[in-house]
Amino acid sequence: MSRKHRSYLYLLIGFAAIIGLSFPFEAGLNSYDMRIVINVGISMILAASLNLINGFTGQFSLGHAGFMAIGAYTASALTTMVFGTTEGTTQELLFLVVLIAGGVSAAIAGLLIGIPSLRLKGDYLAIVTLGFGEIIRVVLQNIEPLGGSLGISGIPRYTTFIWTFGILAVLIFVTENLMRSTYGRGFLATRDDEIAAESVGVNTTKYKVTAFVVGAFFAGIAGGLYGHYNSLIRPLDFGFLKSVEIVVMVILGGMGSTWGVLLAAALLTYLPEALREVELFGIKFRDFRMTIYALSLILLMIFRPQGLLGDFNAEEFIRKIRGKPKKPATTET
Amino acid sequence: MEEFLQQLINGLSLGAIYALIALGYTMIYGVLRFINFAHGDVFMIGTYIGFFILTSSFGQALGPGFGTAVIVFLAAMLGCGLLGVTIEFLAYRPLRTRPKLTVLITAIGVSFFLEYTGQLSFVFGADPRTFPTVVEKTMVVQSGSLVIDSYQIIIFVVAIVLMLGLRMLIMKTRIGTALRASSMNLNAASLMGINTNAVISFTFFVGSALAGAGAILYAMSYPKINPLMGILPGLKAFIAAVLGGIGNISGAAVGGFIIGSAETMTAGYISPTLRDAIVFAILIFILIVKPSGLFGQGGTEKV
Repeated sequence: MSRKHRSYLYLLIGFAAIIGLSFPFEAGLNSYDMRIVINVGISMILAASLNLINGFTGQFSLGHAGFMAIGAYTASALTTMVFGTTEGTTQELLFLVVLIAGGVSAAIAGLLIGIPSLRLKGDYLAIVTLGFGEIIRVVLQNIEPLGGSLGISGIPRYTTFIWTFGILAVLIFVTENLMRSTYGRGFLATRDDEIAAESVGVNTTKYKVTAFVVGAFFAGIAGGLYGHYNSLIRPLDFGFLKSVEIVVMVILGGMGSTWGVLLAAALLTYLPEALREVELFGIKFRDFRMTIYALSLILLMIFRPQGLLGDFNAEEFIRKIRGKPKKPATTET
Repeated sequence: MEEFLQQLINGLSLGAIYALIALGYTMIYGVLRFINFAHGDVFMIGTYIGFFILTSSFGQALGPGFGTAVIVFLAAMLGCGLLGVTIEFLAYRPLRTRPKLTVLITAIGVSFFLEYTGQLSFVFGADPRTFPTVVEKTMVVQSGSLVIDSYQIIIFVVAIVLMLGLRMLIMKTRIGTALRASSMNLNAASLMGINTNAVISFTFFVGSALAGAGAILYAMSYPKINPLMGILPGLKAFIAAVLGGIGNISGAAVGGFIIGSAETMTAGYISPTLRDAIVFAILIFILIVKPSGLFGQGGTEKV
C-alpha cells in the first residue's frame, strides 16, 4: 500500500476512533468536563494551524487570534443573521457551510497579510502580524451590526466532540500530507535558509503565502467552532493575549513538530483548569498562570529551544519500537 | 485652526514621550539587531518606581514640587536602567549566538513576565493606581479654546533636554564612540578591542533610563497606572522607531513626534476609538512602502 493510500486509511481510522470515542465522552462527562475537552480540541486546531506558519515555514506570526476572530465572526454572523437556528441534517450541513465560510474569509485575510510578509522577516513580521491582529479587533469593536464591543450573542451551540476532533483529524491529515509534498519541502527550505532556497530556484514567496493561507483557514474554522460552542463572541476574546497563548503552545511543543504542538496545546488548555484551585504561597494558580507561562518561555529558549518534542519523529519512534532498521537519513532535520 | 493647533500641541507632547521610549528601542536594535519587546514593560516599571517613591512617607513629606520631581525622575531612570541591564544579563546574554527568533521569543517572555508578575496581588496588583501629583499643574497659555498647560511644556522640555544629552553622549564621549562602532559591526568592534559586552550593558542602561524618564512624564499626564499600561505606549514607540528608521537615533525622535500627532489628530478629527488602529495602520503602510523607515538605510543581505 502506498504512503498516500495509507494516510487516507489513517484518516478513516481517526474518524472512526473519534466517532467511537464520542459516545463514552458524551455520556460520561458532565458539561464542565466536556467544555474542557472541546476547548482542548479547539486549542489543538489553533496550535497545529499556527505551527504551519511559525513552525514549518519559519514565519513568526503574532496575529493568529485575528484569523480566528474573522472566522468566528463570519461563521457566527451567518448562523445568527442569515440561516437562523435549525435542526437535524440541515443543521449539520449549514454548520459545515458556515465553518467553511469562516475558514475562507480568514484565508483571504491570510492572503492579505501574507503579501507584506514577502518583504519582512523575523521581528518586523511579528510586529506587523501583531498590528494586524489588533486592527481586526479594533475594527470589530467599531462595527455596530456585529455588536460592537459587546459582540455577537445567542449563537446556537452546534459544536460537538465529533465536529471538533473531526476537523482536527482533517487538519493533521492535511498537514502530514502537505509536509510530504513539494509544498512541505518548500516550507522547510524557506525556514531553514531563505537565501539558499531562493538561489536554487525555490519560490519562497509562494510557500510563505501558502502557509499563511492554509494556517489562517484552519484558524478561521477553529474560530467558528469556538463561536458555536461559547454562544457568545466578543472582540476582546481575540486579543493579543490569545495570539500569544497559541504561540506559546507552538513553542512549548516544539516548532515544526505536529505531535509536540498538539501535546502542548492539550497541556496548556487542560492544566489551568485542573490547577484552578491549587494554591501556592496563598495565591491561586490561575493568578500566576501567566507568570509561569512567561518564565517557561524564557527558560525554554535558554535551555531547550527546540521545545518538548521538537526533535521527536513519530515514524522513527514507531520504527524503533518495531525494531526495524533505520532508513537512510532524509534531508528533513 | 485653533483646534488644529491644540491637537498639534497635544500630539507633540504625547509624541515627546513616545520619542523617549523609541530611543531605547532603536539604540538596542542598533547594537543587537533585535526588538526588545520588554521595553514597554520597563517603562511600566518606571511609573511604579515613581508611584512608590511618591506614596512613601518620604515622598509625602516632600510634597509636590521641583525637588520632588528631580528625585522621582532620577530614581525612575536609575531603576529602569538597572532593570534593563539585568534583563539583558539574565535573559538575552545567554542567547547572544542563537537565532534571532529565539531572542525574540525570549523578549516576549520577559515582557509577559513583567506584566503578569506585576499583576500579582503582592507585587503591584492588577487594579489601576492613581499616580500622585509630582508638580502642580498650571495653565500657561489660555486664549480662546487653545490651552497649553505646564505639563505639556515640562514634557516637551525634559524630552528635548534628554535627547540633546543623548546626542552629546553618543557623539562626544568615548563610550558613545564605542556604541556607534558596535552598532556598525559588533564583531569588528570587538576585534578592535572594544568591550562589546560593556557597550551592550551601557546601551540597555541608557535606553531603559530614557524609558524611565518617559514613564514619569507619561504618568504625570495620564495618572492611571496599571501593570499592563506599558503595552500600548511600548508598541507605539516601537512603531515610531520603525517609522524613523530603526537603528537611527534622530529618526526615532522624529518618528515619536509624528506618531503622537497622528494619534491625537485621529482622536480629535475622526474618532477616539480609532486612535490605536491608525498607529498600526501607519506601521503596516510604512513596512510595505519603505521598510527601512524615513531615515533608515536599507541594509543588503549577505549570504
